Amino acid sequence: MVPLSHYLALSAILFVLGAAGFVFRRNVITIFMCIELMLNGVNLAFIAFSRFLGNLDGQLFVFFAIVVAAAEAAVGLALIIALRRNRESLNIEDLDSMKM
Amino acid sequence: MEFTLLFMVIPPLLGAALNGILGRRFPQWLVSLVACGAAGLAMLFAFLSAWIYAHSALDPSPFEHAYFPWIHAGKLRADYAFYYDRLTLVMTVTVTVVAFIIHLYSRGYMEHEGGYYRFFCYLNLFLFMMLTLVTAASYPLLFVGWEGVGLCSYLLIGFYFRKKSASDAGKKAFIVTRIGDAGFTVGVALLFWTLGSLNFRDVFPRLASLPQGEYTGTLTAIGILVFLGAVGKSAQLPLYVWLPDAMEGPTPVSALIHAATMVTAGVYLVARSNALYAQAPAALEIIGIVGGLTAFYAATIALAQNDLKRMLAYSTISQLGYMFVGCGVGVFAAGIFHLMTHAFFKSLLFLAAGSVMHAMSGELDMRKMGALRHKLPVTHATFLIATLAISGVPLLSGFFSKDEILAGAYEGPLGRPWLYWLATFTAGLTALYMFRALCMTFWGVSRIEPDVEHHVHESGSKMTVPLMVLAFFSVIAGYVSWPKPLRGTESFDRYLDPVFKPAEELLRAGSLEHGGTLGAGVLMTFSAIAAFAGILIALWLYWKSPERPARLAERFSGLYQVLVHKYYVDEIYDWLIVRPIRLGSEKLLWQRIDAGAIDGTLVEGVGEVTEGAGGILRRIQSGNLRSYAAWVLLGAVIWVAYILIRP
Repeated sequence: MVPLSHYLALSAILFVLGAAGFVFRRNVITIFMCIELMLNGVNLAFIAFSRFLGNLDGQLFVFFAIVVAAAEAAVGLALIIALRRNRESLNIEDLDSMKM
Repeated sequence: MEFTLLFMVIPPLLGAALNGILGRRFPQWLVSLVACGAAGLAMLFAFLSAWIYAHSALDPSPFEHAYFPWIHAGKLRADYAFYYDRLTLVMTVTVTVVAFIIHLYSRGYMEHEGGYYRFFCYLNLFLFMMLTLVTAASYPLLFVGWEGVGLCSYLLIGFYFRKKSASDAGKKAFIVTRIGDAGFTVGVALLFWTLGSLNFRDVFPRLASLPQGEYTGTLTAIGILVFLGAVGKSAQLPLYVWLPDAMEGPTPVSALIHAATMVTAGVYLVARSNALYAQAPAALEIIGIVGGLTAFYAATIALAQNDLKRMLAYSTISQLGYMFVGCGVGVFAAGIFHLMTHAFFKSLLFLAAGSVMHAMSGELDMRKMGALRHKLPVTHATFLIATLAISGVPLLSGFFSKDEILAGAYEGPLGRPWLYWLATFTAGLTALYMFRALCMTFWGVSRIEPDVEHHVHESGSKMTVPLMVLAFFSVIAGYVSWPKPLRGTESFDRYLDPVFKPAEELLRAGSLEHGGTLGAGVLMTFSAIAAFAGILIALWLYWKSPERPARLAERFSGLYQVLVHKYYVDEIYDWLIVRPIRLGSEKLLWQRIDAGAIDGTLVEGVGEVTEGAGGILRRIQSGNLRSYAAWVLLGAVIWVAYILIRP
């Protein structure tokens, strides 16, 4: 039996990797994937707690999160393609036209 | 009676309103008709009131009538009410007669000046305020008149307001008298606090019935504070500096306001408050001393002035000093008597000076005059009469009134010999400086500049007739009170006894020392000798040998320079008061407190803090997505850390 703390540790590692990737990477697609990574880190924590507590609410949340992530992937990738067409660049640092 | 009094006061107000509102559209004859008519009506009703009062059963107790309620606040009840007794009678008659004559004179004098209607509007307003002052039945209403005449004085000094010196002089007069008025208001407030009323009807009996000695300290303070108001208004030491500058106004104004009536308001105030001063002899002594010193001091300055009107202004200050000597030694009637005679001969002197100025195309420097008696015979004759009167030559008005004051200074209730000798010496100086002016202006050789000389002409009858009328009064005004040493009864003083006698008796009972041992006849001889000595010295110096004064001035050049520069008082005041205030206002109040503290710290400080905070905060809005994410992350970390370490 793998104890709860292992799951949580893995979940935290995934989340921090995602967050660090989000902050430090420049490619929009990579950043997008980092968001997915963070989401999955959280999902893992949900599942682990659900199992640990014997409560299905956590798993229910995860389904919602996966649905939202799928929708986000569809919209987000479409945006990235539109961006690529307009700007010829996917470097996040070039995307600052909202700045004064 | 109440109606005649009202009809005396109201016409000048209506005249002022009419000329002030519509005068711009009126032709000159209508403006002067309205103004002189108003002044004439005031004079007519002043005489009528006097006649009715003298023939009523009331005389000599005061008549009082309240027209409408004015201030009712707590214990203070001041109505718009008139108080008429023999003192008021003398004042109203003197004021209206002089005012009417000067109104008539002004028709001629102001003929070719701009702002004809404005001048007469102010002049009528002044007459209204002056009559309010002398008829008021309470200190608050008196104060209304007091400030009202001050306002008119300001407006009329600055009548030629395009001239900087004139508007400065107006401001100076207003501000300097305000210093005295501050004392006056505090004194009146203290009086209310002590007695619980400010109506003359209540104040005077209550003062008389106060237990002797119990309130002396408070009453002395009140007396000094009220006198401070008089010092400002009547141009005594040390607040006299505004009066010489007030000569910037048109000459009829100098005659009416700054010689005959307004400046004597202080004397009237002191005389009216005689019941107060009877309880505060120490304050009265201060009045006498200030008056005596002012009389002497101003006379010495007048000796060295070359500007005719300024010389007359210093003479006015000196004569006002005499009036205060009269009040200060406890012979109030003599002070009022001198007030009346002075009103005639000093306004005559000013009007004659105005006539000279008119003839000389505005020149006032006596060094550029001389030998005018041939060209201005009427002006010369009337000026000579007024000069004789003010010098105290026997049998003219000034002699009688000045002699009463001198005698009072010696043997009055608070008389003291040194004050008598000082005043007598000053009488000699008066004769000296007046005859100096006469010699320089009308006698001797002509020093008139050629291009002015052929314009010189006698003024028209509009101006000369008032001069003659005033000359007539200057001669006869003294005969209402034939002096005791010449087997007279001093009937003017006896007439005012109901007003002043109780105070004088109280003062006499309280004073320990009684003057000296010289008889009244000897005193009178001394004052006549002083007058003649002054005249002879003036003639010796300025008539026979015009080079003598110059030699004298050279030998005593130090003293002469001090006199020419009026003891440097204006300069001293400038250094001691004006400059520190200006410097303090500029460097401290303006540049440090206003610009530095208020503008810099409060107003701009708020802006700078907001702007600075914004400058720091706007860096967060970098437009860089990753930095936003880092902030969110940081926030989340802090939040989690807070949850973890929370106790």
